[in-house]
Amino acid sequence: MPKDGGIGASTKRREDARFLTGIGNYTDDINLRGQAYVHFLRSDVAHGRINGIDTSAAEAMPGVVRIFTGKDFETAGSIPCGWQVTDRFGNPMKEPRHPVLAEGKVRHVGDPICAIVAETREQARDAAEAIELDIEELPAVIDMKAALADGSTKVHDDLDDNLCFDWGFVEENKEAVDEAIRNAAHVTTVELINNRLVPNAMEPRVAVGDYNRGTGEHTLYTTSQNPHVIRLLMGAFVLGIPEHKLRVVAPDVGGGFGSKIYHYAEEAFCTYAARELNRPVKWTCTRSEAFLSDAQARDHVTKIELALDADNNFTAVRTMTYANMGAYLSTFAPSIPTWLHGTLMAGNYKTPLVYVNVKAVFTNTVPVDAYRGAGRPEATYQLERVIDKAARELGVDPIALRRQNFITEFPYATPVAVEYDSGDFHRLMDKLEARADFAGFAARRAESEKNGKLRGLGINCFIEACGIAPSNLVGQLGARAGLYESATVRVNATGGITVMTGSHSHGQGHETVFPQVVADMLGIDASMVEIEHGDTANTPMGMGTYGSRSIAVGGSAMVRATEKIIAKTKKIASHLLEASEADIELKDGQFTVAGTDKSVAWGDVTLAAYVPHNYPLEDLEPGLEETAFYDPNNFTYPAGAYACEVEVDPETGKVTIARFTTADDFGNVVNPMIVDGQVHGGLTQGIGQALLENCTYDENGQLLSASYMDYAMPRADDVPFFSIDHSNGTPCTHNPLGVKGCGEAGAIGSTPTVVNAVVDALQSGGIKVDHVDMPVSPSRVWQAIRSAG
Amino acid sequence: MPQVSMTVNGKTATGEIEGRTLLVEFIRETLNLTGTHVGCDTSQCGACVVHVNGKAVKSCTMFAAEADGADILTIEGVAAPDGTLDTVQQAFHEHHGLQCGFCTPGMVMSAKALLAENPTPTETEIRDYLEGNICRCTGYHNIVKAIMAASGQDVSKIAAE
Repeated sequence: MPKDGGIGASTKRREDARFLTGIGNYTDDINLRGQAYVHFLRSDVAHGRINGIDTSAAEAMPGVVRIFTGKDFETAGSIPCGWQVTDRFGNPMKEPRHPVLAEGKVRHVGDPICAIVAETREQARDAAEAIELDIEELPAVIDMKAALADGSTKVHDDLDDNLCFDWGFVEENKEAVDEAIRNAAHVTTVELINNRLVPNAMEPRVAVGDYNRGTGEHTLYTTSQNPHVIRLLMGAFVLGIPEHKLRVVAPDVGGGFGSKIYHYAEEAFCTYAARELNRPVKWTCTRSEAFLSDAQARDHVTKIELALDADNNFTAVRTMTYANMGAYLSTFAPSIPTWLHGTLMAGNYKTPLVYVNVKAVFTNTVPVDAYRGAGRPEATYQLERVIDKAARELGVDPIALRRQNFITEFPYATPVAVEYDSGDFHRLMDKLEARADFAGFAARRAESEKNGKLRGLGINCFIEACGIAPSNLVGQLGARAGLYESATVRVNATGGITVMTGSHSHGQGHETVFPQVVADMLGIDASMVEIEHGDTANTPMGMGTYGSRSIAVGGSAMVRATEKIIAKTKKIASHLLEASEADIELKDGQFTVAGTDKSVAWGDVTLAAYVPHNYPLEDLEPGLEETAFYDPNNFTYPAGAYACEVEVDPETGKVTIARFTTADDFGNVVNPMIVDGQVHGGLTQGIGQALLENCTYDENGQLLSASYMDYAMPRADDVPFFSIDHSNGTPCTHNPLGVKGCGEAGAIGSTPTVVNAVVDALQSGGIKVDHVDMPVSPSRVWQAIRSAG
Repeated sequence: MPQVSMTVNGKTATGEIEGRTLLVEFIRETLNLTGTHVGCDTSQCGACVVHVNGKAVKSCTMFAAEADGADILTIEGVAAPDGTLDTVQQAFHEHHGLQCGFCTPGMVMSAKALLAENPTPTETEIRDYLEGNICRCTGYHNIVKAIMAASGQDVSKIAAE
């Protein structure tokens, strides 16, 4: 087996060649002959009744082709929600209509009202300014608790109130949890906020719709993490186009982090308009527009209680969260604070009783949905903050308290439905201790203090559920889609291989990593394997890339398809070698009769499949192409232990990350270099949330953080080099590669690490603060110091 | 409509523009050089960085008209004519300094400008210099490492992991 280029090799990326030289093919680089441009006129009030739209002056302006409003989409389907959550009383969630263009009301700043199509982008924008809107402003519903109060203005008039659902899990255990808390030797409580974020992939969204009147085929080019999902949702539920007449292409995509999973109104608009106008229609989102139209993230207000017995064992966790849905339900939104959050509330610990309550609330804000970690950062943050606080209250070492409560036997059935397949949390903590140099912390703290700074050490663990997901399980939980993945392995006559996958890389390096898997199995060079992804015309139906699923689920589909290839090539080889199939071995690209030197090369076998002259045609079809759809048996459960040292300047409140050390368990790893990059990126996003980023609305629903001037993205000087480790993971027991996935872990584990470190720093200076909400900005730290007296 | 003429990657480039046409729009849409990217509209993100008369400039913050007569280098002009990557590009490749690639052209152009004025920058100097280039994917770790490597410094001690 060629060691270079197989599983475990840090193969350099093929994608780099085009990205480093400026010849990538991002959606905004696509320009179709005759294309028109659309600009969306969006609401500048958070809540209002549309009494009139006068487009007459705009229609007369130069270059204007046509102006569309909500009336043009009245008969179109609602932009669908892909997950129906059932509340704690057994009733389905509220599911208000989500129109392509506003109907009757606008419900958030940024809600699209008109679509102006013109010959140039500038002409479309100029015409937008000439549209007269008569919108009667209504009170904006912004605060979640106020939204649920009696008499609150309703975001959706056809609903009883602003409650989307009141979810409890596991409802049958609620009383036992309440009792455990009443009887506990010690209860620690934390009230905290998981701050709203804007995903802000560097590439803004783009959609180009095209239509061929001759064939009746629609094409949509879009910045999507999952073109097949868009094709299904948009085709079946919004526009009524069957899949065989609808092609969706996601070319190079410049980051997603979840924000490019969803089917958005602009996609439906461009697809529809291209047919209506019989010419391509292109939309390019500006960054300011992205802040008002990309799904936003997190936005939970939580109270968590941890009960312990007299020996410091965790006996129960009870948590109550208000989760913001925004004005409309985005594609996965209801599942994020429920099934991707509540099921992680046992964490790495043996806590026997857990109850999670979530009230999902409509507000006049941009819709909220999954963003790197999707529910698991929210779970980890609250759990690891309350454990940290408990350790301080009890005067117990934070590591010792965790170790005492670690799950140590696997598989482990948690009280929140999920069963962890494998793990070794003590070993992760051992690795962290070995690498984070805790022994040297005292000296480093002394040095910081000499320089007038406080220094703190934060530690936490995490476990998460990803590699989503078993279809029938999620179906029972309300998912309206399957969550399998697919691969077609097409071996060509001269031996090269094209692998068509339903996954879609948007930075993760699939074109490099997937060939490593296939090449490793066949014993050929990875350069002989080419990946096709992103175009529904030439890939099997797949659910796409998110939820750290592409290697665990996409890779497994590829393994299964390649196994079928191996089985068939062995049959062909056995015919060519006149031996029994059972005696054929495939190694290093050669088929050999076991125990002999009779062999035939890979290329001879593949040629025989397509030129079947010496070939068992009575028993075997020619050709060499196999497809597999892989539906996982379980989630995968990466886990980790993180340590962070911060310096806090008590004069200015500024927090600096001085060190960040991780010990992660991703199971088996295919390309360590790629995994490193995923962790670095995830950690930086977590640090961004913890210290810098905050998507804020004022009481009128105006977005205050609507550009990079006001929304503090982490920059190169906000983070240090990271010290990370993911060696010797415990393999996943239920997929063929033993992989767990790694894309989100950094963003999941890191927010409590930072906040725990800040609290440690402040307390080391005698400042009696036991919590600071994220983002832990300089002004918040400064305020906390002064308020503590 | 006014005409504008400049040298781009060594070749004369001419086109009709409006007064309000940004340099990045001229490069992407008139010249079809789509390697330079637009990532924001407030001049923070740096995806649009090109070199104008030898200086790194955010091409979203300059009108095409202002670049009349200028000598422009975009990402497409960095590698050798036979495709050989230059030192910075090669270092980014070696050290996995890119993931989705969208910020990468701007990063490379900024890195080249940095090394031209500061041939062996420290980690702090690099991080400070890159304040105007936002990356959402990499966490900057491998970008900083790549630039240090491109400058000839030994990066073997920097935790890869």
